[in-house]
Amino acid sequence: MHQDSIIREPLLLGKKTYHQVTEDVARPVEGKANKYWWALFFLAIIAWLWGIGCMAYTVGRGIGVWNLNRTIDWGWDITNFVWWIGIGHAGTLISAVLCLFRQRWRLTINRSAEAMTIFAVMCAAIFPVLHMGRPWLAYFVFPLPNQFGSLWVNFNSPLLWDVFAISTYFTVSIVFWYLGLIPDFAMIRDRAKTKSRKILYTLFSFGWSGRAKDWQRFEEVTLVLAGIATPLVFSVHSIVSSDFATGVVRGWHSTVYPPYFVAGAIFSGMAMVLTLVIVGRKVLDLEEYITIQHIETMNKVMLTMGSVVGIAYFAEFFQAWYSGDPNESFIYLSWNNAKGVYGWAFWSLIICNNIIPQILWLKKARRNLYITFILSIVINIGMWFERFDIIVTDLYRDYLPSDWTYYSPSWVEVGIFVGTIGMFFTFFLLFARWFPFIAQAELKTTLKSTGDLFHNPPRHPKSSDFESDGFHAEHASIETVH
Amino acid sequence: MSTVYVHALYDDDDKLITGAKKVRSLGYGIKEVFSPFPVHGIDKIMGLNRTRISICCFIYGVTGFSLAFWMIWYMLIHDWPVDIGGKPNYTWYHNIPSWIPVLFESTVFCSAHGMAITFLLRSWLFPGVSPKNPDPRTTDDHFLMITTAHSDQELSDLMNAANSTGAVEVKKVNG
Repeated sequence: MHQDSIIREPLLLGKKTYHQVTEDVARPVEGKANKYWWALFFLAIIAWLWGIGCMAYTVGRGIGVWNLNRTIDWGWDITNFVWWIGIGHAGTLISAVLCLFRQRWRLTINRSAEAMTIFAVMCAAIFPVLHMGRPWLAYFVFPLPNQFGSLWVNFNSPLLWDVFAISTYFTVSIVFWYLGLIPDFAMIRDRAKTKSRKILYTLFSFGWSGRAKDWQRFEEVTLVLAGIATPLVFSVHSIVSSDFATGVVRGWHSTVYPPYFVAGAIFSGMAMVLTLVIVGRKVLDLEEYITIQHIETMNKVMLTMGSVVGIAYFAEFFQAWYSGDPNESFIYLSWNNAKGVYGWAFWSLIICNNIIPQILWLKKARRNLYITFILSIVINIGMWFERFDIIVTDLYRDYLPSDWTYYSPSWVEVGIFVGTIGMFFTFFLLFARWFPFIAQAELKTTLKSTGDLFHNPPRHPKSSDFESDGFHAEHASIETVH
Repeated sequence: MSTVYVHALYDDDDKLITGAKKVRSLGYGIKEVFSPFPVHGIDKIMGLNRTRISICCFIYGVTGFSLAFWMIWYMLIHDWPVDIGGKPNYTWYHNIPSWIPVLFESTVFCSAHGMAITFLLRSWLFPGVSPKNPDPRTTDDHFLMITTAHSDQELSDLMNAANSTGAVEVKKVNG
């Protein structure tokens, strides 16, 4: 079995027994929400309702209520779509890729990161559906027989690949997440004091009882799903990037896009995980599980991914200049953009994604919660600007100078974005209250290889210890049940 | 004597392993083990076969791939070769490279969901199924080993095996 090095920092602080883990994970589910939870929940619901209003207005009046124009025909909507999809990627990275790499620090954050993935993909899916203008015809994207021939979907189009990729990603993520939740729901069910909780968690836990055969299958299924989800997560953002890269728009038509988008997705997703767990560990009193060590490790992943993204920016900038093509000199990473009317968006991207994150080279900064929290939000703003720059500032200087124009969003577009943030936090807050925040069953398997139980193990009894008389009377009770 | 089950409850996974090994070394089988988390190695001690669920997963994947391949060929080549920019889709081998994403996603979709459904069916896990663990502590921090005794001799053997390996509770349950 894998064990920690003695000199390594433990992944669990405090004296944790199996029962203590149960208590700590069940406490937020069994306790009452405090006033901060209610305040946040109320805010999130208001934002969500506002967003629903804006969506209804868009559907009722048509997407003319957005400020898109003939030159800039993708704006905030697709920016938000790519941003949310990207955020989702860290969840699958943590739960699937790190599972294959046997990184056990993932165990206390994978549950919340997967929840984040699912809610982020739900938010993302809203945008392309709204962008269709007639969302009631959204089923056209599926290969269904229809009255026009049948006129089938075009399997050579990246937009259709997106349909398959995102629906597969969403459903597989839910399955992966829920299968992991089943034993934890069973734990809450078996210690439920109230009748309603008992009924609810009996339903949720699917009658899980922890038989050896079930565990054997469970482990195999988890491992194989992790193996399947790993290429899946890389394929999804690669395909999203193909929406751009296969288009003949300069700035978009770039072979670096798939790896560059995947790195950016993990960068922004890690930032969102940090935003959520820094608050979550405090509010749910899980600081001994999600330790500073975890935060630092995530910061290191973020620094790596941020550097990959930075190199990609540099390559894009250099190649655009080196090509000598006058069209290329107007792409989103070019001097013309940096000093143009969208210079503020260009510099927001560079400052948020490339300059400020350099602070992560300092160990003190990586281990400081305040710096990490602020930085995680800065990076998410930066990654939003990356998508905004790719979309809007690649379009606003079209091939015909007479088409050159400017775009800023209408209140409806802003409202829909605010609404998805509200929806995301509504779901996440409900998740934190009703679902076990940490994958406790899996975590318990590591208790003897890290933390207190590993460094100070209890004396392990051998069969010979029990040979002497008197043990039976002391340690075991024998009774008959009819 | 009718069949009697011995329920041995342990509070540690290592003790459970010791107990299970002891029972097996005496020549008895283990009917069932309930544990709060996967105890590695217990399946081998119990003599459980390796699960074949990953083979099922592969078969579902191949099925998904084949179905997707047939679907795309039928829709894009056979039924209606759409002429896009003067490039009609008449030949499947020219179009295959651009089918890879959908073929891949369909393979993943079918293998993942097929495997999950197979797991839920084989382990009989559904909303509404009532749990079968006899002791609620086995989802918290206890480990339950159930063995079967057909005679008084077997019963005392199994109870002694459980007691001598540090079981915190040993119960005789009439079958």
